Amino acid sequence: MTGKNAARQENQGNCFHAFNAGSLPRRGSYFMTEPAQAIAVTDLHKRFGPLEVLKGVSLTARQGDVIAIIGGSGSGKSTFLRCINMLELPTSGSVAIHGETISMKKDGRDGLQPSDRKQVERLRTQLGMVFQSFNLWQHMTILQNVIEAPVHVLGKSKAEAIETAEALLRRVGLFEKRDAYPAFLSGGQQQRAAIARALAIQPLVMLFDEPTSALDPELVGEVLAVIGDLAAEKRTMILVTHEMKFARNVANHIVFLADGVIEEQGPPEEIFDAPKSERLKKFISSIH
Amino acid sequence: MADPASFINWGLLALSPPGWGGVLLSGFVASIKIAVGGYAFGLALGIGGACGKLYGGPILRDLMECYTTIVRAVPELVLILLLYYAGTDALNHVLGLFGIGTVDIGGLAAGIFVIGIVQGAYSTEVLRGAIKAVPAGQIEAARAYGMSPFKVTTRITLPAMLPYAIPGLSNLWLIATKDTALLAVVGFSELTLMTRQAAGATKSYLLFFCAAGVLYLALTLVSDVFIRLIERRARRGFVEQS
Repeated sequence: MTGKNAARQENQGNCFHAFNAGSLPRRGSYFMTEPAQAIAVTDLHKRFGPLEVLKGVSLTARQGDVIAIIGGSGSGKSTFLRCINMLELPTSGSVAIHGETISMKKDGRDGLQPSDRKQVERLRTQLGMVFQSFNLWQHMTILQNVIEAPVHVLGKSKAEAIETAEALLRRVGLFEKRDAYPAFLSGGQQQRAAIARALAIQPLVMLFDEPTSALDPELVGEVLAVIGDLAAEKRTMILVTHEMKFARNVANHIVFLADGVIEEQGPPEEIFDAPKSERLKKFISSIH
Repeated sequence: MADPASFINWGLLALSPPGWGGVLLSGFVASIKIAVGGYAFGLALGIGGACGKLYGGPILRDLMECYTTIVRAVPELVLILLLYYAGTDALNHVLGLFGIGTVDIGGLAAGIFVIGIVQGAYSTEVLRGAIKAVPAGQIEAARAYGMSPFKVTTRITLPAMLPYAIPGLSNLWLIATKDTALLAVVGFSELTLMTRQAAGATKSYLLFFCAAGVLYLALTLVSDVFIRLIERRARRGFVEQS
C-alpha cells in the first residue's frame, strides 16, 4: 500500500476495527471499515556517506497484510526493513507503528536519531524481526533464546514465558531441541527457532529480512513452510525475499524496489504476470 | 660422607615453631587474598574500562586510553612502589585537607588496590577485544526485541564475550598470583617475603625457596582445574573442533 495517497492514509490512521480474516478482499476495498494501520512509512531516505540507498520510500501495512519486498541486490530492500525498527537510522522521513509515529530529532550531522530511546524500545517489541543469519544468542539454549525477550523485556513470569515458548517451539517443530544450543542445530532449525523467538514477543508485525538467503537449498523449504503457515493465519508481515514463487503464493501485495525507490507495486498477479515498468520486466525475466 | 637425609632438614618445614611451615602458609594465604582481591578489583575496572573505551564519549575514551597506556608502560615494580608510598601519602594529604586526619592503610587493602590497578589496565584490553569478537548480529537481535543498552550489555554482550575472554583472563589470573610477590618490596608479609625471612633465619635457602616454588606451582595447578571448568561452561554453546 503506498503512502502516495495521503488523504486515504489519514483516514486509515484512525480506524482500529478488529480485522476479520474472512472479510476479503482487503486491498482497494470498498469496505468502510478497513483494518487498522500497522506500519506506515513516509518518504524514507537513507544515505550511507555519498551513497543514497533509499530515495523516498513510502509504504503502509495494514493489519493482515502480507507484503513482500522484492528487488535486485543493492536495491535497498534490507535497509528499508531495518529502518522500520530503527536498527538503521533513516536520514529523513518518518515511521509510525500502530498509528504512533517514532519521534526523531536531528543527529547533528545530516541524519536523524530517535529523540526518545524508551519509545523506540517499546515500539520494537511490536516488531518481530527475523534476520538473514538467524542471530540466535549462542550462549543460550533454544528455549532460553525464546523466553529471553518475554522475561527480560516484557517482564513476563518465567513460567508463563516457558509455556508460550514451548507451544511456539512445538509449532515450528523444535520442541525436542529446546535444550540444545543454536550452534548444534542446522541452519533451517536455527531459523525456525529464530521465528519462534520473534513470535514470542507477540508482535503486531513480523519483519523477515531475507530469511532463507543464508540457508542450504534443501533447508529452505522447512523455513518457508513455517512462514507460509503464519501468512495463512493472516498475521501481518513484511518480507524481504528472493523466493519469488513463495512471495507470489503468500503475499497479498508485492513491492518492487529498484535503486532506492518503489518502481512498481501491486497484487502478485499484476506484478508477476503483467509487469508495467521496464525494470520490473527485466527483473522478472532474469529470475525465471 | 654425611647422610643425605640430614642434608635437608625437613623439620624446618614443621607448622609450629621452631619450624617455619606455618609462617610460610600464612604468607601463602596472604598472597592468595591479594591475588583474589586484586584480580576481582581489576576485573571490575576492566569491564568499566572496556565499556568506556567501546561505548563512551571522546573524553571518557581518552581517559581510558591514558589509563591503559600509562599502567602498561610503567614497570609493575615501579607502579607498586609509586602507588604504595606515593598513593598512601597523597590520600593522607587529601584527608588532611578535609581535616579528617591521617589513616593507616593496611597492607592488604593497599596490595589489593595496587594489583587491581595493574590488572585493570590489562583486563580492559582483554575484555575490549572479547566484546568486539561478539558477532554484531547477536547484539542487533537484542536491540531489535526492545532491550535497553544496559540489558543488552548484561544479558547478551558480557555472557557472549566470555568464551573469547577466558584465555586472556586466565593468563591475567596466573600473573596476578605471581605479581603478589612484588609486594615483598614494600614489606607486605606475602609468601615471597616470608620465605626470604625463613631462609635467612635458618640459612636453608634451597629448602625454603623450593617449598615456596611448590606452593606457587600448586596454586597454578589448582587454578588450571577451575579455569578448565569455567572455560567449558563458557563455551557450552560452541561446537568444539577436535
